[in-house]
Amino acid sequence: MTSTVTTSPVTGCPVAIRIQEDDFDIAREIALLTKSRTDIGAVVSFSGICRAGEDSSKIAALTLEHYPDMAEEEIKRHVHEAISRWPLNGVTVIHRVGRFMPGQNIVLVLTASQHRKAAFEAAEFLMDYLKTSAPFWKKEESATGTGWVEARARDDEAAARWTRS
Amino acid sequence: MKVKYFAWVRERVGKAEETIEPPATVRTVEELIAWLSGQSEAYAYAFEKPKVIRTAIDHAHVKADAAIAGAREIAFFPPMTGG
Repeated sequence: MTSTVTTSPVTGCPVAIRIQEDDFDIAREIALLTKSRTDIGAVVSFSGICRAGEDSSKIAALTLEHYPDMAEEEIKRHVHEAISRWPLNGVTVIHRVGRFMPGQNIVLVLTASQHRKAAFEAAEFLMDYLKTSAPFWKKEESATGTGWVEARARDDEAAARWTRS
Repeated sequence: MKVKYFAWVRERVGKAEETIEPPATVRTVEELIAWLSGQSEAYAYAFEKPKVIRTAIDHAHVKADAAIAGAREIAFFPPMTGG
């Protein structure tokens, strides 16, 4: 597992971005983010989990494909935008790739700040962009066959509300 | 230039990447998609709805009217569904 922790050249905010097959441990990641820090008053954690779905189209497994050279760069661009928009003291983004069963972790976003509002908003901003602009694609396996998940308009709308005019 | 395909675009084209040499008259992403569509049934199928296709040049998203001159790597893929 490669782990790259860099810092924002503008604010010095530590940034960890990882794309990996392995699972992650949320408690460990939060501990890494807050270790030796006394300026963090809020950590927001978002986990995206593989879900089975409804009866008729119950998902047996999900395969995540990605564009390795671009994925980390694209996530990094949005993390640095988040750092420029909110006073953040740390950001961790972990996106898993491979094949997942319902109940397994897929993605983790941690945002740390002095106060909760910035941490909540930045986490939501990052997830909205991860879903619509990071180069990952889901393929579902169900009793009726396999198929690529279609992008949803409501995810684009969620990301669009962060656009600054 | 190197071209990469992902998800169902990759499956329809039948390969993950290749090196192509389009003619000089092909200047933009949409012109490249049109040119590729004329190469075989597989490309025509992959690009049958060109407005759905997303494109990245050198690892950054671009629009259909983006110039391809100087691109090292162009990637075509469906709308993203990660997260």
